Amino acid sequence: MATFTLDVTKEHCPMTFVKTKIELNKLQKGDVLQVHLLEGEPLENVPRSAREQGFNVLNVEPAANKGEYIVTIEK
Amino acid sequence: MSEQTKKLSIIAFSGDFDKLTAVFTLGTGAAAVGYEVNLFFTFWGLDAIKKKLGRSPVGKGFLPKVFGIFMGGLKATPVSRLNFGGISPKIFRYLMRKNNVATLEQLVDAAKELGINFYACEMAMHVLGLEKTDFIPEVKDVLGVPSFLKLAEGGQTLFI
Repeated sequence: MATFTLDVTKEHCPMTFVKTKIELNKLQKGDVLQVHLLEGEPLENVPRSAREQGFNVLNVEPAANKGEYIVTIEK
Repeated sequence: MSEQTKKLSIIAFSGDFDKLTAVFTLGTGAAAVGYEVNLFFTFWGLDAIKKKLGRSPVGKGFLPKVFGIFMGGLKATPVSRLNFGGISPKIFRYLMRKNNVATLEQLVDAAKELGINFYACEMAMHVLGLEKTDFIPEVKDVLGVPSFLKLAEGGQTLFI
């Protein structure tokens, strides 16, 4: 089990969840991905679509930078 | 996982840069949130899946070759309005990169990586003198209307 990080704070639709999905595809079962994203559309969609696709969203917490969040997803 | 796979099928008719951007934005977005995505390229849309990205005499016969040069591939696609002789797509690509929005090429790469299904229209290929070998290897199959309808059945279908 390993932890990976992905920063999509500079991305826009659809790349925020496209990059998350591509990264999740590369992981092994049990691996964890920490996605750095912005509030609004990415924060609403990334955790929701991850859950819908059967991934385990472990945590959603604000990051040090204002308006930025870290979503922790387990494959 | 939901009990039933959600599905989006897009008929990519246009060979315009902006409309193809819409095709690949919707396609990759849908695939990323768990949809099965089928892209059916026909007529000008076939330009998006040619192996040769620039202008090249692709096609069998004189007229198809001339068409091939004028139409070109993904890198030669014009915008549907205010193309200004091909300057606008260059400006768009610059603006997209500057604003961290995925360019058409990045979206196509993402579509390949997400395993989106690419199909080419048999009839349009015949008219334009194109063969499956003229297209990128990701093109899964060459289809006609009934096969496309069968693939799209039970999902949402768009024509762009």
